[in-house]
Amino acid sequence: MNIMKFRPVFFILSGLMIVISLFSIIKWRFQLSVDFIGGTVWEINTDKSKSDIEKIFQKEKIEINSISQTSTNQYVLKFKPISNEDKQKIEPNFKTLRFESLGPSLGKELMRKTIVAIILSSLALLWFIGSKFKDWTFGLGAILANFHDAFILIGSFSLFGHFFGAELDTLFVTALLTTLSSSVHDTVVTFDRMRELKHQNLKIDWVQLANQAVSETIVRSINNSMTIIFMLTSLVVLGGASTRWFAAALLVGCICGTYSSTAVAIPIVLFFKKLQKH
Amino acid sequence: MNKKVQKNFWLIIGLVFLSLIINMPKKLTINNRDFYRPNFKYRSLDLKYGLDLAGGASLIFDIDTTKTKKEDIPSALESLKGNIERRVNLFGVSEANIQLSNQMGQNRLIIELPGVEDISQAINLIGKTAQLSFKGEIIIPPEATATATVKDLFSKDTGLNGSHLVRSAVKINPNNGEPEVSLEFSPEGSKLFEAASKEFLNKRLAIFLDDTVVSAPVVNTVITDGNAVISGKFTSQDAKTLAAQLNAGALPLSIKLLQQDQIGATLGKDSIDKGVKAGLIGLLLVSIFMIGNYGYLGFIADIGLIIYGLITLSLYRLIPVTLTFPGIVGFILSVGMAVDSNILIFARMREELRRGKPWNMAMELGFGRAWDSIKDANTCTIITGLILFNPFNWTFLNTSGMVRGFAVTLILGIFIGIFTGVFVTRNLLRVLGRQKS
Repeated sequence: MNIMKFRPVFFILSGLMIVISLFSIIKWRFQLSVDFIGGTVWEINTDKSKSDIEKIFQKEKIEINSISQTSTNQYVLKFKPISNEDKQKIEPNFKTLRFESLGPSLGKELMRKTIVAIILSSLALLWFIGSKFKDWTFGLGAILANFHDAFILIGSFSLFGHFFGAELDTLFVTALLTTLSSSVHDTVVTFDRMRELKHQNLKIDWVQLANQAVSETIVRSINNSMTIIFMLTSLVVLGGASTRWFAAALLVGCICGTYSSTAVAIPIVLFFKKLQKH
Repeated sequence: MNKKVQKNFWLIIGLVFLSLIINMPKKLTINNRDFYRPNFKYRSLDLKYGLDLAGGASLIFDIDTTKTKKEDIPSALESLKGNIERRVNLFGVSEANIQLSNQMGQNRLIIELPGVEDISQAINLIGKTAQLSFKGEIIIPPEATATATVKDLFSKDTGLNGSHLVRSAVKINPNNGEPEVSLEFSPEGSKLFEAASKEFLNKRLAIFLDDTVVSAPVVNTVITDGNAVISGKFTSQDAKTLAAQLNAGALPLSIKLLQQDQIGATLGKDSIDKGVKAGLIGLLLVSIFMIGNYGYLGFIADIGLIIYGLITLSLYRLIPVTLTFPGIVGFILSVGMAVDSNILIFARMREELRRGKPWNMAMELGFGRAWDSIKDANTCTIITGLILFNPFNWTFLNTSGMVRGFAVTLILGIFIGIFTGVFVTRNLLRVLGRQKS
């Protein structure tokens, strides 16, 4: 199987996804949850109508940013941070299912911690793969494939946010970091095969080597992703609303990760091997 | 079958049996005979659920340390924590979790209150930084009674305040069984209190939190040892609230509410139900997929998967792991990864079979050759898992319970997945495998 001859196709496909992501991020940005920008989310259970609920808040001069019905008699309301006094005044009107309120300072902290975690885990993986395979191009290939996945995941949530109202929150950050690890998982398996084949035949050409390694591992890679995709899809479809987008983020990350280990990580290694030769 | 394989096989059977016992319900009735789960000496074997599943409230406060001398901060923080702990206990919350954290120099107090549905009251109790003061009753001239306020009535300051109060607690009077609130003063406070109790003997001495009177008991005797008791017709709830309020006056540092989360128990139960349903259906699909793809081998892998589930649940109970919703997702995700080891191995086995190796040899070679990939690939996941879990509490990394709940089940899942995917299925295949030549 000569998969590596499709390198230009992969290049265009990945480039296209990155451009779309970039476009969406610049044009539509993100729907940031209260985790990032601060505010109050109030999930309530009541048999009152939507307009009645709005009236209750109007009476206390509290502005509702958004109100959405999640199921019968169940609503999610969003505000700027509500003071505890105001909350106590309104509370007796309905049953509180969830009340979450936080100031804007925590959002910056979350953002900073996410970036630190991404850099730290990338460096750790770069070091681990680099030393494991005694070849820095492998580490670089894996990390760049990682960034590719992370960027597309972030971009896709800009799109989901614009069209379906998906929000970036702490769970999204978790999904992002998990994608970094599971994406490397597949890449390492393929690299491992390349290393083994190289040991068997030192004179083999890198492209030929990559082709053989990929064709020997791709069935496994797809089968494995299928099992994770089954689990995650059932979570997206059947799981609760609060974690639906979390599972969706993991799903996008998983699909990207499977694609990128063959279509991004290995072509990058081949690219550097070609440079080294010249 | 050699001795070692036999030993491993029985080890696996033993583990499964043990896990079954740990996971069995407290009482099980089969054919009218009752079986009880044995009691584990060290802790309850019930699964622990986080706030998002069991319902409850979590509060984060910023602590203002700017007015305190640097060398006094650590002790002030500890005493703040102790104070809050007392107040929370008085509020009647069991298993409350109170933590101090330092985020890039900003001290915080994190309070988790499982099962608390009404946090407003809790916040009022915890967050009150009111100043406690003790003021004596004066005689108001009859012509002024119409316009006099409570503040006018109790306007004689005794000089006693919150810093003189060591602690306040609820006691039961041994004579009549009624709840009372005890006060314990510092040595300096004892002297002031002695003077005040002399001055206001048989009069009322009001206790103020800021400008509100929380209690105005009549002084019955002169108190010299600094241990006073407020008695009255208290209900035990009243006494608790009063004691908590008195302790409230004694906060060494002021705190400001930064974040509050409150999750109703019904919502949590809904999440569990949906998560479990999704997990079971996902698991079923994976099992069918494995059998469809790898036939007999897939079936053995499925057995391995069941053992994986049993061991994981047992460890959740034994460690114990506090389950959160992201934690359940971590578990579900790690099921997918547990199967991965088997898929890697079976793919290798097939290659060896295609090269004409006999089945037994192909199996052993498959396991041996796949091991390197399994090890390397899972190490990468563990590295990221550890960064998410942040075991050293580094302040530049995440410390949120949600993310950690996810990381801990993911990491555990990977280790157990490797164990069942490699050790368990290998030995099961050695024992149950077909002897095709």
